[in-house]
Amino acid sequence: MQPPAEFVHWMFATGLVLVGLCLAAQAIVGDEVWRRRAWRAYLWPGLAFTMGVLMFPVMVFFTNSTIHMLAHGSWAQVMMLSGAAELGLVRGKLHSRYWRLTMPLAFAVSGAAFLIHEQNSWFFARAAFLHHLIGWTLIVGALFPLVTIFRPSSAVWRSAFALTFVVLGVMLYCDRDVAPVFGHLSPLAGQQHR
Amino acid sequence: MSTQLLSERAAVRRRSRRARAVASLGPATMLGGVAWAFLQPYRVTLLHPHGQGFWWLAIEPPLLVVLAGIVFAFLVAPSVIEDLETYEEGQ
Repeated sequence: MQPPAEFVHWMFATGLVLVGLCLAAQAIVGDEVWRRRAWRAYLWPGLAFTMGVLMFPVMVFFTNSTIHMLAHGSWAQVMMLSGAAELGLVRGKLHSRYWRLTMPLAFAVSGAAFLIHEQNSWFFARAAFLHHLIGWTLIVGALFPLVTIFRPSSAVWRSAFALTFVVLGVMLYCDRDVAPVFGHLSPLAGQQHR
Repeated sequence: MSTQLLSERAAVRRRSRRARAVASLGPATMLGGVAWAFLQPYRVTLLHPHGQGFWWLAIEPPLLVVLAGIVFAFLVAPSVIEDLETYEEGQ
């Protein structure tokens, strides 16, 4: 009954799209309106934290090498950290805006984990291509949450931050078991499945 | 027409644009999922369910995108728009 790995990627992609939509709405209406209802203030940080928690079973049941497991473990930890920091700020338990540095940290660590644990070149297979693409997107995308800490009222940077989650979701939706990318599939990758 | 009135009208127009932008996020996401289903109909395994296992029938990416749009459009966006309009009226 255990789902194939690509299904887990698609479920996480859905979570990322939902976080992106919430962040986009928050960027459009501003913090004051967004936080008028407590449940809404906790919504995307709670979702990020929950995804971090759920990444641990993924780490245990869906990884087939040590480096792969470590990568998933690092994503779990930084997602929980950034989600928890935002929850603490929203609840008023944390006060310094610099707790928001956990989000660019999460992006940078996640991106580095993607790039480090992918051992193959870009066009080895679709999974390898996506690992490189997502890794660099996260590294470059870390700039957006970083800038929003210092320019919190900038709708442009906040929208870019939100859009990064949606783009990451789209990339995860592109994941397949063993599949070519732009017609390239290394014979070493195995038999194409879908 | 006074510049104050013009600027107030512009402000109202800008605010209503914000409400429209929030309202359009969910439908735009749903539309993306539907467009994907049309572009890659074989991803919607419900259309050809014979011989498919549980996960292929339960988790279908284009439908997940539509679901994300529905969740946002019906559970999140209405309260955001309501609060935004209350806030704008108070302004």
